[in-house]
Amino acid sequence: MEDLVLNPQDYKIINQHILEYQSMPGALLPLLHAIQDDIGYVPELAYSLIAKALSLSVAEVHGVVTFYHHFRTHQPGRHILQVCRAESCQALGSDALEIHIKNKLGIEFHETTPDGAFTLEPIYCLGNCACSPSVMINEEVYGRVDNKKIDQLISDLKNAS
Amino acid sequence: MTIKIFVPIDSTALSLGANEVAVAISKEAQAKKLDIQIIRNSSRGLFWLETLVELETPQGRIGFGPINPSDVKSLFDADFINGGEHPLALGLVSEIDWLKKQERLTFARMGITEPTNIDQYMAHDGFQGLKNALNLKPEAIVETVTASGLRGRGGAAFPTGIKWKTVLDTQATQKYIVCNADEGDSGTYSDRMIMEGDPFVLIEGMIIAGLAVGATQGYIYLRSEYPHALKTLNEAIHQATKIDYLGEDILKSGKSFHLEVRRAAGAYICGEETSLLESLEGKRGLVRFKPPLPAIEGLFGKPTVVNNVVSLATVPIILAKGAKYYQDFGMGKSRGTLPIQLAGNLKRTGLVEKAFGITLRELLYDFGGGSLSGKPIKAVQVGGPLGAYLPESQFDTPLDYEKFSEIFAVLGHGGIVAFDETVNMAKMARYAFNFCAIESCGKCTPCRIGSTRGIEVIDHIMQGHDVNKHIALVRDLADTMLNGSLCALGGMTPFPVLSALNHFSKDFGVDAIDSKA
Repeated sequence: MEDLVLNPQDYKIINQHILEYQSMPGALLPLLHAIQDDIGYVPELAYSLIAKALSLSVAEVHGVVTFYHHFRTHQPGRHILQVCRAESCQALGSDALEIHIKNKLGIEFHETTPDGAFTLEPIYCLGNCACSPSVMINEEVYGRVDNKKIDQLISDLKNAS
Repeated sequence: MTIKIFVPIDSTALSLGANEVAVAISKEAQAKKLDIQIIRNSSRGLFWLETLVELETPQGRIGFGPINPSDVKSLFDADFINGGEHPLALGLVSEIDWLKKQERLTFARMGITEPTNIDQYMAHDGFQGLKNALNLKPEAIVETVTASGLRGRGGAAFPTGIKWKTVLDTQATQKYIVCNADEGDSGTYSDRMIMEGDPFVLIEGMIIAGLAVGATQGYIYLRSEYPHALKTLNEAIHQATKIDYLGEDILKSGKSFHLEVRRAAGAYICGEETSLLESLEGKRGLVRFKPPLPAIEGLFGKPTVVNNVVSLATVPIILAKGAKYYQDFGMGKSRGTLPIQLAGNLKRTGLVEKAFGITLRELLYDFGGGSLSGKPIKAVQVGGPLGAYLPESQFDTPLDYEKFSEIFAVLGHGGIVAFDETVNMAKMARYAFNFCAIESCGKCTPCRIGSTRGIEVIDHIMQGHDVNKHIALVRDLADTMLNGSLCALGGMTPFPVLSALNHFSKDFGVDAIDSKA
């Protein structure tokens, strides 16, 4: 069941960021980034706080959060694995790599493994097109990824967490 | 004497293990009690050789690559520091043909300096353009940029000087310089290289733009997929502010310019300038109607210069060496150089900065070395996901905005993605529609609905249902999107779709296509 109120720690973090950003011109995106950086996502329960501070409607905040692919409204897994689906990676077999990763983790894009270890997401270009195919794991890019390399990366992360 | 060893810090090098290489070098040197200093330089852009390790010698920097962490021990075992032979030795890096044949103007410092070392930036001609600009009237700066022939390198190729003049001539209490660093086009990475590798050149270009049009505030709208660029830019801004190249009273000129990096949030459409401005204002990235032009009513309703990273990063050399110097490179109305990015299925991928006029064939085979897979190159997409697919028969087209336009193609941001014969072009056409559907802002109907209808129609073709009828439908749909969309996303999705259809009809299950795009 969804929470009905923010937990006290998140509430405190969100309010701190609101104070930090509310007087900045065009504050909404920097504020949403700050919240997501700290707590992993933008809780829907925060919309009314944000809306009030920036003189927006809750609908406007919702509209912005959901417009951008980067923002999440739910807690992701401990590791975020993003697989590039753009042309350069396709030219070097990213379609097959994508299927391999989905089978390996047993999930589709935008899903999290049942143990909460991995969230899988598509991404359209990491700017690493000279060394395709590429994936990004927790903000680090890996190039020339093949099945063997991704298996190694996944098992390293599993062992570390 | 301390031995200097260079290991790039560019994120493509990192993606191949450059950090691990640096750690391994440090460990080996310690074990052998060698006095070395590891310098984290930018990348030369010879990405097929990354990790490219360089060693400083009296003759110049000698390269070794591609080096994997596991190769490091063998380098030391071969005593590479004292000229010992190693199979991965490349000789003097500046003499590597691939690099030597280039004309690096915007990318002059790439691979040579440490990205956030401002003293090195200055030692390598940095801030010369700014110093010249500070002695010029705004009109004269704009005139120099106009005379250089520089056109928007983001893809639209609009003359930069003319855009600046509009902003200069518009009276306002506040004006803005916005750098479009939302490099979303697949197959491109030149913006990323500049921001990670030579951030001061972008900062210098933005300050000059500010002086030229009377803007005191700049924003770099940076895509969220580039976390390393974010750190590097913020550090560079901090360095430049500390010594009064940014902030109030720049170099005691009485002029001020403030700069801030803003993170985008993964929406491709925000690379479109009006959508970008909406996003900077904290809104959904919906495309605006034009007019008014951003140059007249842009960010927060004020006159705004919106330029791509490479455009702005090219301004310093123009101001340093003069309009004529830059203008002398190139062909036709495409003046200067283009940082071309080789990607996809090629042997030697990386950044090639050359004067306009080089042909696709030279880039694919002389620089690119042909396909990585060894199979024939079947199609090449130039200019990002909205660029046309070119068949082998068009590989002799010179890189020139007008020549590309004549064949219903675009140069865009200079990205070139090669595909070998295993590619199915109907699938790529479907992907183009799909990408448009995912990234459409939803404001105009041709793009919002057309993209999804396009996927459905291509699916019918791929399944062999009434192929000719559905091909006619795709053409009709493409015509509506091309002429009826509000911006380039819907308006240019027909480029990859129709070029795939026209040049690779067999992949769509028909022998030849008679009607033209």
